[in-house]
Amino acid sequence: MSIEAILLLVASAIFVNNFVLAKFLGICPFIGVSKQLDSAIGMGMAVTFVLTLSSIVTFLVYKYLLVPFEIQYLKTIAFILVIASLVQLVEMIIEKVSPSLYKSLGIYLPLITTNCAVLGAATINVQKKFDLLYSSVYGFGAGLGFTLALILMAGLRERMEDSRIPRVLRGTPIAFITAGLMSLAFMGFVGMIKE
Amino acid sequence: METILASIAVISGLAGIFGFGLAYANKRLAVEKDPKIQDLEEILPSVNCGACGYAGCSAYAEALANENADTTLCAPGGSDVIKKIASILGVDASEKTPMTARIYCGGDDVKTKIKYKYNGTYDCVSANALFGGFLECPTGCLGLGSCVKVCNFDAIKIDENGNTVIIDEKCTGCGACVLACPKHLIELVAKNKPVFVACNTTDKGGVCNKYCKVSCIGCKKCEKACQDDAIHVNNFLAKIDYDKCTACGACVKVCPTKCIHTNDPSILEEKPSPKEAEKVAV
Repeated sequence: MSIEAILLLVASAIFVNNFVLAKFLGICPFIGVSKQLDSAIGMGMAVTFVLTLSSIVTFLVYKYLLVPFEIQYLKTIAFILVIASLVQLVEMIIEKVSPSLYKSLGIYLPLITTNCAVLGAATINVQKKFDLLYSSVYGFGAGLGFTLALILMAGLRERMEDSRIPRVLRGTPIAFITAGLMSLAFMGFVGMIKE
Repeated sequence: METILASIAVISGLAGIFGFGLAYANKRLAVEKDPKIQDLEEILPSVNCGACGYAGCSAYAEALANENADTTLCAPGGSDVIKKIASILGVDASEKTPMTARIYCGGDDVKTKIKYKYNGTYDCVSANALFGGFLECPTGCLGLGSCVKVCNFDAIKIDENGNTVIIDEKCTGCGACVLACPKHLIELVAKNKPVFVACNTTDKGGVCNKYCKVSCIGCKKCEKACQDDAIHVNNFLAKIDYDKCTACGACVKVCPTKCIHTNDPSILEEKPSPKEAEKVAV
């Protein structure tokens, strides 16, 4: 439980086991919200926030509710419940506190509910038997990794807007191909940090 | 049995806590919203085209409710939506003639000569930045589809020859393409005026005839044929005064280079001109 271990965990979540490009979680917003850099950054920040919070809350729910009653097999339902409510709460708070941020995030905010990266992080925390600190750090790192992938993709797609691409590949098809190549590139990190 | 009870209790308890928590939070964190804005948002077409000059339909709804924005700005909605907006806001509805975009160029890959082979970014603005585009014609449509990209309504297409065509039925007159065209070839015109000069070059007839077979050569035949004093040639380019044009189609018929187009072919069918009709009546 040293600082070193925590930093390693974050680095591993961002690069080696990037949620989008190595674990293939959260692909929907990765393709859907990566057309523009601005919205990609906003979405990445919102997801990071929700991921960190939900990692903490799901850990507490798992440890103090599901384990004592021996109903761990209900974790998916319980986690989805937590995530959905959390996203709702976050949406309300943002709307109240900062209407401008609420506006710029728009539809992406409620969409985080269905982002499987959020549920994925919660499930992995349980599988790896992380404690509270590790869970929250891992959630935060996963969010950063998601943000990184989204920003890289958005930058590439903004450039692709201006390039001559064969007509059949324009738009989403070339984005899929790019995503595959990026994923291959990230595969190069595999094994650098043992998780 | 115990497991079943426990799971039901835990999950429903969790759901109950979250539900009540959210309900409470919703009350505590409620943001006052003008009911007018919601009504307005519902009747606006929610295509978010930006024709009104606001960031989207909900931004326009807000501006209507709070900033006394002009009620006639929604082009895709047309007079229907304008009436509904007016009834919600309690102001008089003003009429608006439906507009459509017109591209003042009829050239294409076959009819217009090119100056050099362009291999850059597939976009009119970029092509135009390179010596004013790859066409010999200084004012010709480049046909790389910058207008097609910004059109939210699929109302612009580029045909097999590379000529850019606006589909009147789909065009809502939002004006997005007008801003996108680097050659400033697109203008908004009332939908009930189907005749337009599909050329924007001010070169002399001899010059422009060399680089484009369908350019306006400034022969003034249309000016003579027009009985309503609606078309005039200035700088070797015919321009239609849409306040006077009655869409009779006389100019379309006499144009030697066929650069005056009409989107309503029915006006070209043989029918007695107003003067002849008078004679018959006498």
